[in-house]
Amino acid sequence: MLRLEPRAQPSQLMSYASPLLAIVLMLIGGLILFSALGKDPVEGFRIFFISPLSDIYGVGELFLKATPLMLIAIGLAVGFRANIWNIGAEGQYIMGGVAGSAVALYFYESEGPHILFLMIVAGSVGGMLWASIPAFLKTRFNTNEILVSLMLVYVAQLAVSWLVHGPMMDPDGFNFPQSRMFEESAILPILIKGTRLNAAFLFALSALVVGYIFMYRSFLGFQMQVAGNAKNAARYAGFSAKRMVWIGLLSGGGMAGIAGISEVAGPMGQITEHISSNYGFAAIIVAFVARLNPIGIFFASLLMALLYLGGEQAQQYMNLPSSISNVFQGMLLMFLLGSDVFINYRLTWKRG
Amino acid sequence: MTPDQGAENEVRLELNGITKIYPAVIANDDVNLKVRRGEIHAVLGENGAGKSTLMKMIYGVARPDAGEMKWEGEVVHVENPAHARSLGIGMVFQHFSLFETLTVVENVALALPGNIDLRDLSIRISEVSHKYGLPVDPQRLVHALSVGERQRVEIIRCLLQDPKLLIMDEPTSVLTPQAVRKLFDTLRQLAHEGCSILYISHKLDEIQELCHVATVLRNGKVTGDCIPSKETPESMASLMIGKELPVCQHEVPTELGEVRLRLNGLTVVSDDPFGTSLKNIDLEINSGEIFGIAGVSGNGQQELLYALSGEEPLTQNEPIVICGEAAGRKLPDARRALGMGFVPEERLGRGAVPQMSLAENVLLTAHGGGMLNKGMIQFEQMYEFTRRCIDKFDVKCGGEKAAAKSLSGGNLQKFIMGREILQMPKLLVVAQPTWGVDVGAAAFIRQELIDMRNEGTAILVISEELEELFEISDRIAVIAGGKLSPPKKLADTSIDEIGVWMSGMWPDSGKADAKSGERQADA
Repeated sequence: MLRLEPRAQPSQLMSYASPLLAIVLMLIGGLILFSALGKDPVEGFRIFFISPLSDIYGVGELFLKATPLMLIAIGLAVGFRANIWNIGAEGQYIMGGVAGSAVALYFYESEGPHILFLMIVAGSVGGMLWASIPAFLKTRFNTNEILVSLMLVYVAQLAVSWLVHGPMMDPDGFNFPQSRMFEESAILPILIKGTRLNAAFLFALSALVVGYIFMYRSFLGFQMQVAGNAKNAARYAGFSAKRMVWIGLLSGGGMAGIAGISEVAGPMGQITEHISSNYGFAAIIVAFVARLNPIGIFFASLLMALLYLGGEQAQQYMNLPSSISNVFQGMLLMFLLGSDVFINYRLTWKRG
Repeated sequence: MTPDQGAENEVRLELNGITKIYPAVIANDDVNLKVRRGEIHAVLGENGAGKSTLMKMIYGVARPDAGEMKWEGEVVHVENPAHARSLGIGMVFQHFSLFETLTVVENVALALPGNIDLRDLSIRISEVSHKYGLPVDPQRLVHALSVGERQRVEIIRCLLQDPKLLIMDEPTSVLTPQAVRKLFDTLRQLAHEGCSILYISHKLDEIQELCHVATVLRNGKVTGDCIPSKETPESMASLMIGKELPVCQHEVPTELGEVRLRLNGLTVVSDDPFGTSLKNIDLEINSGEIFGIAGVSGNGQQELLYALSGEEPLTQNEPIVICGEAAGRKLPDARRALGMGFVPEERLGRGAVPQMSLAENVLLTAHGGGMLNKGMIQFEQMYEFTRRCIDKFDVKCGGEKAAAKSLSGGNLQKFIMGREILQMPKLLVVAQPTWGVDVGAAAFIRQELIDMRNEGTAILVISEELEELFEISDRIAVIAGGKLSPPKKLADTSIDEIGVWMSGMWPDSGKADAKSGERQADA
């Protein structure tokens, strides 16, 4: 009989091996899924995971998709390490996009580098403002930040919908729910010719470096980690729990806001109701697969981006619904949570 | 007192070669033990010696990996506690397992099999409590009972099942000296009627007074059997710890210096319905003295410590003055900056972060001493301090990167004490300095406290171990029901007097409180 037996020490090896195990299980699950849908699994695998990367444009798309995931995940990881569960990055992403777009539209038909700069600042402030609502409610009334931040996602979605149907609507746009196309000076520069990869990728890389230094080298990062590991020890040391909540939520909100405006000022070029493809939720999976580690976030974002691209390909060439990406994301998270059991338990064979 | 000879010689419980292996440690290694009818049998050993594991196997909570257990001559495999109870084995745990919101009789009924008539049970409870001198009202709610009364409920619950063997796990750690004496009378009466008692403790004097036979465990092995009445505490200690019991050097206090801690009418209303509110506490502690606060647990110690450390800051500054500065509203790190060090009772999870390394745990409170530069951690300084702490305080560990939870309780306590002491505080507040620490480490820690006092630190020790307070304190006071007694010089008082005070009855303690004290006094 197979039995789970508690380990004396949590396994360090398993805590890194379990994301890899989850990826392998996700791939196996995917093959089974393709077969069950009556598709050739090998062909499905090729279309899903290989063909998106067959040219430079595809690789550019991969990094483009990974950019918002990296930005959001690193911001969330700062809070998650302190057990502050910001589930509403999706809403903060939208509000960042809205705030940045407002700047772009305000400066419509003017020129200068200050426009992009102000858009980025406005984007991060917009995200932070949206995240400050759960932070304020938690520190003032001890509400649950998971619920508040999640519910605010839907508020943000309705807000952006109202804006693009109203104040932000393109006056010459035949009543389509979208803003004007941004001018050249409000669009992020392209990094590699022939791709859509833009300067936001550089923001993401610097965010990972800054995040790494904050988490592993700064005293504030240490305090957040203490708060996440042992609440009473943080209180004993005199670290302010409220400060942790604010930092945790604002970092997630700020980064999500930058991701939002980067998407609007990048591949979208205008604000619509559909500026996000669930990046705010996918980034939560990224952060966990990465074990809240910045280097891990880099790779996990690329993997998650590949799932997005693969999903599009599968839609195009295999006649599968677009939700196939979500199915793969869900499998990845589920297998990760399952594999994590082996960090604290080991499988033994016992008779009787 | 010795058991009657004759019929009492029959062996009731016999353990042969009991071995229990946990993933990281051999908890019991080939343990043999014989308990006779009507015998009070001590199992003596330091923390981590394997006493509790052995008892859990007898009571069916854990199963041995090797060895056999004989009950009244028959080999038995105890499946679970219910099976143990059906054999006639009862156990009173160190930490009580009562529901606070239920009455005594309801709590007892929960532990008994079958449908029970509560009125009938109340009568039986009264009978048993009368017979064994364990007064308790069956209709009272448990949260309103003192700790001693709760223990009585646990004992009565066992006695209702007519046990032939009663296991008592560290029963006196929560009792006043007077209550201990009453408990001993009850246990002697039980033994006289033929019940066997396994008495687990690390307190040598109690074992000498009460027990007929003692089995000593060290590192999971039996290191000897003895007749306690024929031994000295020193000889039993050397069986227990494998060396002579170290003694602290405590010189007569020198001149007292400036006031380092002053409490001015400290009043704290507890939000916890089962907590204790602090009532108008005044206190002054000077440089160069150790001030002890005694008391039965749950009488306001937790609340006082949270208020002192700053973990529960007050709404006003004035009631707490640290080194001349009113600090009631300050958080712990601000109080540390004023020169206060604090060692809490819970080491893992409060005094130290279990998963983090010792070096990171140094950073937790000692970051003020040059370990930060513009908000960045200076790793060299952090490791240097950690190594110094490990060396000076003889912390047995796997180096400065070892996780805090990999240390034994005693070593972690030495580490935390070292971390606070090396910051050279002007005022040190210590809760339960040697709780759960082995005898050797306890003596070391006490000596460190005395050395610090000699160098002029003001030290406040809050402990539930009276012997410890009498060993190291210069002045002593008692906390009971959230009030603090007037201080006494150690030379002017005795364990008996402080024991009486622990039930809330000191001169001028107020009439109303004398009444509530009576309830606790017979606890």
